[in-house]
Amino acid sequence: MDRTQNNYAWLFVLPVLVLVAFSAIIPLMTVVNYSVQDVLDANTRFFVGDEWYREILRDPQLHAALGRQLVFSFSVLAVQIPLGIAIALCMPTRGIWVAVTLVLVALPLLVPWNVVGTIWQLFARSDIGLLGVTLNGLGIEYNYTRGRWAAWLTVLAMDVWHWTSLVVLLCYSGLRAIPDAYYQAARIDGASRWAVFRHVQLPRLTGVLTIAVLLRFMDSFMIYAEPFVLTGGGPGSTTTFLSQFLTTMAVAQFDIGRAAAFSLIYFLIILAISWVFYTVITRSTKI
Amino acid sequence: MDWMYWTPPTALFFVAIAMILAGMTVWEVVSPTGMRRGFLPLQTTRGDRLFIGLLTSAWFHLAWLGLSDFHPAYMTVACIGWLIVVLRWG
Repeated sequence: MDRTQNNYAWLFVLPVLVLVAFSAIIPLMTVVNYSVQDVLDANTRFFVGDEWYREILRDPQLHAALGRQLVFSFSVLAVQIPLGIAIALCMPTRGIWVAVTLVLVALPLLVPWNVVGTIWQLFARSDIGLLGVTLNGLGIEYNYTRGRWAAWLTVLAMDVWHWTSLVVLLCYSGLRAIPDAYYQAARIDGASRWAVFRHVQLPRLTGVLTIAVLLRFMDSFMIYAEPFVLTGGGPGSTTTFLSQFLTTMAVAQFDIGRAAAFSLIYFLIILAISWVFYTVITRSTKI
Repeated sequence: MDWMYWTPPTALFFVAIAMILAGMTVWEVVSPTGMRRGFLPLQTTRGDRLFIGLLTSAWFHLAWLGLSDFHPAYMTVACIGWLIVVLRWG
């Protein structure tokens, strides 16, 4: 049967196009315009060309913040992905405990970012916080406001507490989607628990794990509120990540042109990494 | 549109992008693309190759600005060549 071409369908795309234009494309174009100018106030601005880009790209503080950001994001993945898989494997698969466990696991995801920072700020305080007092009581010198490693590990632990649940839920859904026939075949072959995980469960989790890695990498790469509330980027600039670096530049210093150039570089980093992940996802799906 | 703080170079940049997208749309209508593999290590459509070409061009420009003191126009000319190479043989 011949299909008739109906171009009216394009009209249905228009509202989305208008929405995306207003919320993303026009603001992005404005940022590009800002990035080549020195904006002093609403009426005073000077064209500076590529000056901000050259300055930003050669700024050792930016290099340090980018390095910290990459180390943080990969640390998040190194901890959260294996931990998420392990917890998902331990979760019950039938009975009343399924619902109870799912609710408990999902709870951290419901807490707003700045509240998570406040919770951990109190929890980790070395004078009144449960974690800080306990660690110091055990003879481990711990003060996240003074120690670099303590600050790093606290921010990492906070992110693990907040977001491992997402990996758990994704892995759990992936595990539940594996047909029983696979396990029956493995039992008939006398496969060990490890062999079942390695050759049955892990390959079937590839899709959800790729999504988990993508989401966690992107989200941790844009982290702002939690470390800002917990450590304020300190001690020194030990936990100052890219978002906070940008916010300080744009809001505190009102260096709009420089911040715009930095935003575009940040955007290009995220765009490139997202494209790599997208390509990996689509290629693994085709396989 | 004054609030967008337009400048001639950025206006030229966006006009160029808009013309590329319009041109690609016309090209697609006249001659629909298909998946194929060139020197890039993956199968791509024409749109994929344009995206890869533009994204890598942006990165080449950043590298140029970060590592050299020459005018970015040299890199822009090189990137136009690179974009054509990716679209044709990528």
